[in-house]
Amino acid sequence: MALPQAKQTATEARLSALTLPTGGWPDAARRDALSRVQAMGLPGARDEYWKYTPPSTLVQVDAPQAQALDHGDEAPLFEGRDRLKIVFVDGVFDAEASDDLALEGVQIDRLAEVKDIHWAKDLYGVLEARGQKPVDRPLAALNTAFATDGLLIHVTQTPSKPIHISYVHSDSASDAILHHVVKVDAGAEATILENGPAAARFNKVMEVDLADTAKLHHIRAQGRDHERRAATHIFARLGTESVFKTFTLTVNGVLTRNECVVELTGDDAVAHIAGACMGDGDFHHDDTVFVTHDAVGCESRQVFKKVLRNGATGVFQGKILVKPDAQKTDGYQISQSLLLDEDSQFLAKPELEIYADDVACSHGSTSGAIDEDGLFYLRARGLPRGTAEDLLTIAFIAEAVQEVEDTSLQEELVERVAGWLERRRG
Amino acid sequence: MLEIKNLHVKLEEEDKQILKGVDLTVEAGKVHAIMGPNGSGKSTLSYVLSGKDGYEVTDGSAELLGEDLLEMETEERAAAGLFLAFQYPVEIPGVGNMTFLRTAVNAQRKARGQEEMSSAEFLKVIREKAKSLKIDAEMLKRPVNVGFSGGEKKRNEILQMAMLEPKMCILDETDSGLDVDAMKLVADGVNALRDEGRGFLVITHYQRLLDHIKPDVVHIMANGRIIKTGGPELALEVEQNGYADLLEEAQ
Ligand SMILES: Nc1ncnc2c1ncn2[C@@H]1O[C@H](COP(=O)(O)OP(=O)(O)OP(=O)(O)O)[C@@H](O)[C@H]1O
Ligand SMILES: [Mg+2]
Repeated sequence: MALPQAKQTATEARLSALTLPTGGWPDAARRDALSRVQAMGLPGARDEYWKYTPPSTLVQVDAPQAQALDHGDEAPLFEGRDRLKIVFVDGVFDAEASDDLALEGVQIDRLAEVKDIHWAKDLYGVLEARGQKPVDRPLAALNTAFATDGLLIHVTQTPSKPIHISYVHSDSASDAILHHVVKVDAGAEATILENGPAAARFNKVMEVDLADTAKLHHIRAQGRDHERRAATHIFARLGTESVFKTFTLTVNGVLTRNECVVELTGDDAVAHIAGACMGDGDFHHDDTVFVTHDAVGCESRQVFKKVLRNGATGVFQGKILVKPDAQKTDGYQISQSLLLDEDSQFLAKPELEIYADDVACSHGSTSGAIDEDGLFYLRARGLPRGTAEDLLTIAFIAEAVQEVEDTSLQEELVERVAGWLERRRG
Repeated sequence: MLEIKNLHVKLEEEDKQILKGVDLTVEAGKVHAIMGPNGSGKSTLSYVLSGKDGYEVTDGSAELLGEDLLEMETEERAAAGLFLAFQYPVEIPGVGNMTFLRTAVNAQRKARGQEEMSSAEFLKVIREKAKSLKIDAEMLKRPVNVGFSGGEKKRNEILQMAMLEPKMCILDETDSGLDVDAMKLVADGVNALRDEGRGFLVITHYQRLLDHIKPDVVHIMANGRIIKTGGPELALEVEQNGYADLLEEAQ
């Protein structure tokens, strides 16, 4: 089927400005992904799936300029932790700033370096391609085709510390495409931390394959740069009794689209997908989630909280699909926004599609202002208005933050949010 | 301590006058009680004194220790020593009771130019006070008032009062919803705070609380005014005869 002319033109323009990396085992996947992008075309403003989020700046040939933010003397997130640190600057691996890619229980390679046959061959672009049905995700296919680097992380046993991927944004015109593959073997458990703004424009895919009983905790913070843009995808496939918990904190950023596509393919698997975002002014944040229950007795939770002010926009598109054989599914989805003024808006499209009969699914979406009675109560006890509002705001995102299992990480994230709120008040 | 003169209050959004000239002075060291029919304006008075939005003072004044209360922000009134135990304590999901109280204590101290209380000291004091109100550690950890029973909420108000050590305490129906034993606990909590430098305004419907917290003065409020002021015997009279005679007398 021919693409609409505008889409065809935009897609061709973008593709012709990119160079397909070549060499080694990913080549076939890259070529396949390229032909898929050509067939589906890049997202356009008229696409149903992009109704609430204008894709043009994510699609256009050059990344719109974005100044890197000066963080002053504030230490980057996760800095005080024992972890294996891997740094990318504007999407380019920084060997100097990174630790040795050696950690017991984990094999870590770089996409840009591996030329031989590799375990990741069975996954690279494979989970992404599976995630293209029933909805097209062209930016992810583009990523598979053109990613210049990324990490291939194979967790064979439980490592002693988290793997931390730190993204630094330096060049105001940088346009980074990174693609990670994470495979966790049976019985192993790992934590991946990600933080930083990455680039002026960032396209990232992370494919996650969890064997039976494997566990992966993923905690990311997307960096405080005001002007950056990002389109990210997670494609996760969960085996029997495996657990995947992902949490994303986003503060600032002119445009962020985080898609998370999770397939529960083994019985009794658990997926928790959560996020909290804080937006002020020229801020657009979109969480698009698609969870497919394709096995018996699985649990999925989606918990998203958005704090919006000064005309910021929050979007949530979340779907739970329960296939006919996925009996005893426990699906939960909540998306809420705290609108700190009347200029801000929250657009939510929660969806349930259920084909099994023995299923407990609930979803809810709300938008509200700060609770005036709560505010008065706190102030009547002597809390200044600003402190009281911050406390209520942090309370509002608490349900999402609590999806992070490690309480010290919870505290670190909340501290960041508190700092951000305080700075907002000046 | 607290001096209210000719206070007139209407709703901000509606043309409805609720307080129609309230005169009331609470001296330091004294306990005043206010009784009165439902809807007579008792809670409104306590809200206006605390600075709640939605009300408009059209006439009159209210001073705390010589300072104009009505000019202050709610939190400034608290720091100046005003405390309101709410008729309906507000549930605040996500905010731990303990965190809330420590933030409140330190915010008030800061506003008064005092040093903040250390966590260790705070813990020690709160444990002690919670114990005497039979509030267990688990309740301190829970989010403010969330899932608390009616009586637990009221005891939590008194705990806050004990921690904040205000100068002027307004208790709005703190006795309602309390069982007999809890009422005794709450009254003991209040009595422990009674001293020369502190004033109390106790809003209640029942004589029973006043058996435990002996008031110096009792006021009857009806239709937005204080219609009668007397000694503790006035509360007994209301308990026995209701408000009909008093209302008639006031006409
Ligand atoms: N925000 C408001 N909006 C509308 N009406 C109000 C508001 N606040 C108070 N009122 C009205 O003002 C009157 C006084 O209310 P208030 O709560 O002060 O009474 P009260 O004496 O405390 O009664 P109770 O003994 O039942 O607690 C009532 O008629 C009430 O409905
Ligand atoms: Mg009342």
